[in-house]
Amino acid sequence: MNDDVQRFLDLFNERNAQRLSSQGPEPTWIAARRQAGAARFEALGFPTRRVEAWKYTDVRAIARGDFALATDADFSQASAAALTLPLEAHRLTFVDGVFSAALSQVDDLPKGVQLLPLSRALAENHEAVGGPLGRLTGVDFSPFSALNTAFMEEGAVVRLAPGTRVDKPILLQFLSRANETPVMSHPRVLVEAGDRSEATVIEHHVGEEAAANFTNLVEEIILGRGTLLTHYKLQELPLADLQVSSIQVEQGRDSRFTSFNINLGGALVRTDLVSDLNGEGAEANFNGLFYGQGRQHVDNHTLVNHNAPHTFSKENYKGILDDRAHGVFNGKVIVKRDSQKIEGFQSNANLLLSDRAEIDAKPELEIYADDVKCSHGSTTGQLDEEAVYALRTRGIDEQTARGLLTLAFAGEVMEQVELDAVSERIELAVAGKLPERFNLAGLVETAMALGDD
Amino acid sequence: MATEEMEQLVRREYKEGFVTDIESDTVPPGLDESTIEFISMKKGEPDWMLEWRLKAYHQWLKMTPPSWAHLDYPPIDYQAISYFSAPKRDEDRPQSLDEVDPKLLETYEKLGIPLHERAALAGVAVDAVFDSVSVTTTFREKLYEAGVIFCSMSEAIHDYPELIKQYLGTVVPQGDNYFAALNSAVFTDGSFVFVPEGVTCPMELSTYFRINEANTGQFERTLIICEKQAQVSYLEGCTAPMRDENQLHAAVVELVALEDAYIKYSTVQNWYPGDEDGKGGIYNFVTKRGDCRGDRSRISWTQVETGSAITWKYPSCMLRGKDSIGEFYSVAVTNGRQQADTGTKMIHIGEGTRSYIVSKGIAAGRSNQSYRGLVKVGPRAKGARNFTQCDSLLIGDTCGAHTFPYQEIGNSTATVEHEATTSTIGEDQLFYCQSRGISEEDAVSMIVNGFCKDVFQELPMEFAVEAEALLGVTLEGAVG
Repeated sequence: MNDDVQRFLDLFNERNAQRLSSQGPEPTWIAARRQAGAARFEALGFPTRRVEAWKYTDVRAIARGDFALATDADFSQASAAALTLPLEAHRLTFVDGVFSAALSQVDDLPKGVQLLPLSRALAENHEAVGGPLGRLTGVDFSPFSALNTAFMEEGAVVRLAPGTRVDKPILLQFLSRANETPVMSHPRVLVEAGDRSEATVIEHHVGEEAAANFTNLVEEIILGRGTLLTHYKLQELPLADLQVSSIQVEQGRDSRFTSFNINLGGALVRTDLVSDLNGEGAEANFNGLFYGQGRQHVDNHTLVNHNAPHTFSKENYKGILDDRAHGVFNGKVIVKRDSQKIEGFQSNANLLLSDRAEIDAKPELEIYADDVKCSHGSTTGQLDEEAVYALRTRGIDEQTARGLLTLAFAGEVMEQVELDAVSERIELAVAGKLPERFNLAGLVETAMALGDD
Repeated sequence: MATEEMEQLVRREYKEGFVTDIESDTVPPGLDESTIEFISMKKGEPDWMLEWRLKAYHQWLKMTPPSWAHLDYPPIDYQAISYFSAPKRDEDRPQSLDEVDPKLLETYEKLGIPLHERAALAGVAVDAVFDSVSVTTTFREKLYEAGVIFCSMSEAIHDYPELIKQYLGTVVPQGDNYFAALNSAVFTDGSFVFVPEGVTCPMELSTYFRINEANTGQFERTLIICEKQAQVSYLEGCTAPMRDENQLHAAVVELVALEDAYIKYSTVQNWYPGDEDGKGGIYNFVTKRGDCRGDRSRISWTQVETGSAITWKYPSCMLRGKDSIGEFYSVAVTNGRQQADTGTKMIHIGEGTRSYIVSKGIAAGRSNQSYRGLVKVGPRAKGARNFTQCDSLLIGDTCGAHTFPYQEIGNSTATVEHEATTSTIGEDQLFYCQSRGISEEDAVSMIVNGFCKDVFQELPMEFAVEAEALLGVTLEGAVG
């Protein structure tokens, strides 16, 4: 593994030298943080399965990869248009981590909203970025956050002035290209939402079918008092792509954070979602859906820290696994001492469609206060035979019935989605992933017919 | 008179000199091969047993103590422990109940333990008050008629070497984990039960009956084998706080159930939890595992854990046989500064295997409690079924309750369900009871007992009654 770490470090040094010659010296704080990130990464190395947080996820596919860094953001307009979510949005697009102005759409930003690529935010006023950046996700969080800190160059900065209500969703689009040699990118997203602001942020990961790149994303979201933020991570990467991402949220008093973490693509995908409920009345809602096929590996780790009294969290994750796919769900709720009157609910349901699919679930509670209502439930099983039978008595053939029930299983998360464009996209993708034996054509017809009734 | 003087001199040397080594009952603290050889020799074990112990010792040397549990304790100096001490002679024990700590007696009173048993439990030289030998004898005859072997581990090594060779270490191998390896190297005694084919053991077996037999010590080894269609219910420990000088307890329990066999293993553990600051309490690091080898076999673990400063214990079931069943019912109560990390592992290997887990944790005072469980379903375990219910009750705002359930499922026909809740005794619940004239303390005890009911009803009758009383005693002063 040491050789692997060294290869990443060599690239790090090479990139630093290149940057110095082309752009001159960076502000001291950035350079210092890069070095800290690289040093931390060198010390930690890639996580092995002996580390509890990575017990079920083998990252050798990433560690052994020989990735270059992308230098341009060329992407055909036509194919980009086909991939882009069909909705009105303020949009930033990154191609293999490099900002593409041509594919972005930020003309009509309302007053009080700043949406700009990280490189520009740094160039304009790097000190304003230096404060919040890295405050939530430091280099100690994981070897990947350290690696991200070492390599970070591009990403998005979203700033909402107090009281701003953003009319259209903010779309951060990450495109993965079919490159001759695989590339890696380390996007960094920073969202600072002022008091009482309201917005929807969509992170959309998608790419060309033959792509096989590695994305290592770190996102920090800071919510002020009474802020309402809905966050989507819609991941439909090509099946050979690798992705590790960590999303950390800090919530002020009476704020509400709603997350949709939808993982449909990628060969190896790991998401860490952490929310710190720091102010009374703060609320976190985590919704998740993952669908694994082939040899896909999907790992979701969530953590809610109830750091203040009267805070609420609700979590609902659903997983569907077929073929030899491997799913991991680890949901943790921590209630700090004196954080009384807490409610924390967590539910995880998994559907195994194949005998070779595997799910490792670990819902955890760590509670140090007594006046709390916390629960978690985790189930794994197959479709309810009685439900299949009930549909068959209504003249639906067995395979269609199974398909419908699988869709309905995912539906519980999908129907929470407020944006039609997103929910339709997910529904189509899920339907498209259903095994052929489930009689797709019949399925759509039946679904339509049922919908008409 | 030179010869007489000579004789005297010889005798004197004999009295004070070199031979005391052979007579010595205790080895100096420390652990190396010679300690193990000493233990093995002292117990007159055959060579193969010594080799088996040494093999475990060599594995132990290469291992490190587990650090993953949610426990906090200073590192244990394994070289500071004395690994063998013969039972105390009667002269060294308290001669009557008057010499016993009155606090201990008060607890016995509250638990309603019969007078003659109190002495035995407090470690008083028992023969004077309670002739347990006669009880044991009648009891043994009855078992002998049924064909059940129930004896100490050392006897079994002598009398049934073939069975020991066949089964010992097959469920918990010597190198299974740090504490199991240590136990395998230095275990001093324990119980051995063998129930032959088709026999239902005529009575509930209990270590309690062997109270006056050799002190089993801190490294206890239990092996229970049920042949085809045999059944046994085994009770370990007792509700009364046991007097014990050993701080570290690392026991190993192995259960083997062949086809259609049923083993029910109940534990009530109430060892010294330490003083108010948690000092001096017992460390209970136990490896318990049952192997459902045969088809349709069933192993059921029931435990009530109220004692020990630190509990590290995961009674598990390997469900190998087709349609075999594993069950785990647990109540763990922690108060003061106690820490418990306990739970179970259900490994589904065979087709149609089922497991059922009910865990109730009650944390009070400044204690910390964790449920840690694993449900693993292998690719061949078609139609495996698991249900887990895991509830925690918190009393007071300085305690902690945690749940770490692991589910590893590799079979689409498996159905695995896990439910966990954490809550406190609601003020409205208390108010409801109090408005009907029930005192606060009684109300709490009632609610707590209701909370634990699912587990208590799995206990043998007498045990269940005692367990309820025990719960009250343990939680005394936790409320109000």
